[in-house]
Amino acid sequence: MRILKLIIKNSLRHKTRTILTILGISIAVFAFGLLRTVVTAWNAGVEASAANRLITRQAVSFIFPLPLAYRDQILNIPGVEDVTYANWFQGVYIDKTQFFARLAVDAETIFEVYPEFLISNEEYQTFLKERNSCIIGEEIAKQYNLKIGDLMTIEGDIYPGDWQFVVRGIYKPRDKTTDATQMLFHWDYLNERMKEMGSGRINEVGWYVVKISDPDKSASISEQIDALFQNSRAETKTESERAFQQGFVAASSAILTSINVISFVIIGIIMLVLGNTMIMSARERTREYAVFKTIGFSAKHMVGLILGESLLISAIGAGLGLFLSFPIVEGVSQAIPKGMFPVFELEPITLIFAVSSAILIGVAASVFPIMKALRTSIVDGLRFIG
Amino acid sequence: MKIPLKYTIKNFTSRKLTTFITIFGVALVVFVFTAVLMMAYGIQKTLKATGQPDNVIVTRKAANGEISSLVDGETQDIIRTLPHIAVDNNGKQIISKEPVVIINLEKLSSGVSNVTVRGVSDVVLELRPQVKIIEGQMFNFGLRELIVGSGVTGRFKGAAIGDEVKFAGDSWKIVGIFDSDGSGFDSEMWGDSQALLNAFNRGSTISSMTLKLDDVANFGDFKKQFEFDRRLQQFEPKIEQQYFEEQSEFMAAFIRIIGLVITVIFSVGAMIGAAITMYAAVANRTVEIGTLRALGFTGWSVRFVFLIESLVIAISGGLIGIFLASFLQFFNISTLNFQSFSELAFSFSLSPWIIFLSLAFAIGMGIIGGYAPARRAAKLNIVDALRSV
Repeated sequence: MRILKLIIKNSLRHKTRTILTILGISIAVFAFGLLRTVVTAWNAGVEASAANRLITRQAVSFIFPLPLAYRDQILNIPGVEDVTYANWFQGVYIDKTQFFARLAVDAETIFEVYPEFLISNEEYQTFLKERNSCIIGEEIAKQYNLKIGDLMTIEGDIYPGDWQFVVRGIYKPRDKTTDATQMLFHWDYLNERMKEMGSGRINEVGWYVVKISDPDKSASISEQIDALFQNSRAETKTESERAFQQGFVAASSAILTSINVISFVIIGIIMLVLGNTMIMSARERTREYAVFKTIGFSAKHMVGLILGESLLISAIGAGLGLFLSFPIVEGVSQAIPKGMFPVFELEPITLIFAVSSAILIGVAASVFPIMKALRTSIVDGLRFIG
Repeated sequence: MKIPLKYTIKNFTSRKLTTFITIFGVALVVFVFTAVLMMAYGIQKTLKATGQPDNVIVTRKAANGEISSLVDGETQDIIRTLPHIAVDNNGKQIISKEPVVIINLEKLSSGVSNVTVRGVSDVVLELRPQVKIIEGQMFNFGLRELIVGSGVTGRFKGAAIGDEVKFAGDSWKIVGIFDSDGSGFDSEMWGDSQALLNAFNRGSTISSMTLKLDDVANFGDFKKQFEFDRRLQQFEPKIEQQYFEEQSEFMAAFIRIIGLVITVIFSVGAMIGAAITMYAAVANRTVEIGTLRALGFTGWSVRFVFLIESLVIAISGGLIGIFLASFLQFFNISTLNFQSFSELAFSFSLSPWIIFLSLAFAIGMGIIGGYAPARRAAKLNIVDALRSV
């Protein structure tokens, strides 16, 4: 108990220094939290993928289409429950910087295969009836202040022309990881417009999403699908949704790696700041420690004294950092365009990691001063002039 | 009266460990700051070098990149009739009609990534003189042959001379490797425009049309045609260099924003580190400061001395950070460019402006971190200071 009192007294001795150190640690803790959140946001697509979904796309790359006729052939494979399909529509909404997924989808099946997109039956029924209607994610509705019945005008690029869609439904995400930033409209409408334009690009599908009954069979079903279309003009590549998403993440691995490296450099910096403070404090108190030893305090007490002070400071710093993390992550998630990181949230594991590394650092920072305090003999200590 | 600089230098040797830790902290922060700027600049430089300042590229106005742009045959014919298009010695217009697609290739380092395949017309080397065949030969027009950029060969499987790449229901033989002075083309594969259009069944619809003007000064006039002719209103001509530079904007801005937010947060940490060190220096030297003041040195010169000390720490840290970051120039990295959706190889790139910014950043940290402690030193009461133990 007496040690605890000493620890608190000691840490209050240089108030400015202690406050600065606490601030330094808390800044590092929330910076760490923010960076880890960017990394997890990047991986959100992978996390959100369902084990019972496969993605079938053109083997050459996803920008090449597949014939609509593949759908029935895929449906015939045993173990396949449902097949839906989509085309990447893109286009320009408002201006070129507004980025979110705009997809032409098969209205009949899309919500069967993606049960995490929650839509009321009423809205869904009106959507089904109206050719040029669309359903948007909750986040998009919020960001652009769109309500049911509003018009969305999009200038096509991949599919040239002016396009107008009526918002007939707003879907809600079922899970935290669900992407609520998509705009979905009738694939049939797209196909008809292409026919009217006399374009050769009719009955073309961007990719198929295959719902299977048993996730354990995903590898064998993927092989069967690809075998169906081997040596055709449009060979396919089928993989689990997870693997498909990971492919996207892996493509920007250079940036992810640097963010990861930096988030660990941050831990290094906290260590420097706290270590520096502890070294300075212990150095100034060399003479005091000698006095303590003279009046009979043992090595155990010295360790407790220095380690305790270091842990106290790092714990307060970590707590403050965590406290700051929530509003800051929230602020950043407001500031970045929604379509870019559909899910941007602090994960519990990030918090645990941040706190445990702060505490570990508290221990590490006290090692050097403890060793020095224990090694200095009483006589040398008493003789020491700061 | 000024206190000699020697006094400042001497002080460092008395508290080696603490000073060293602080310098190291500043160096880390400056390192990250410089690295981020170098990365963003590297991407920009690569894409800027891709375009020629006197070429014009025509794409669909609404398209974000070449892959989402479509230029149909009719439009191409109209563009061919426009004035100011340069002709070569044989009287042929210098125009390359380019279908641009993406194919998946397996990376040597595991994983799959996107590579741009660009179809080019036979005048392309006149259009882009920076492109040189460094190994093998140019592909034959009309044949299913490809040449690959120097950034692709070392990065992807099956992308060496003699290898065959399978797409569009056919095998394409790689016959040569080209280099384009570190531009974005180094991350591409090129083949015959017409052969690719046939293979992909795209009719005559290309992605972009790149042409040379007789004189860049005529660009304004050339551009006007696109406003007047209703058939061309959905299309937009741009100076090629500017076009590709804009393709880097999103990535460069993304890296800069993430990076700068990080470094600003970092720098607060480093400033706090510097402030702690300087406060300690002031506290330890209270008697000394009192003596200096008693000898007749003014508060201002004491303040100045401590500020200089903090600056020396910051500048040393800054120089170490920049020095370490400069080694990053030897690293080539690649990432997916969100705008073109294909892999872009580039290297970290240092410029005098980045060195200047990084040093200014370090100096700023030194001044801010050292200001309060220096003020405290200057404000010390002489008698109390002399008496302190």
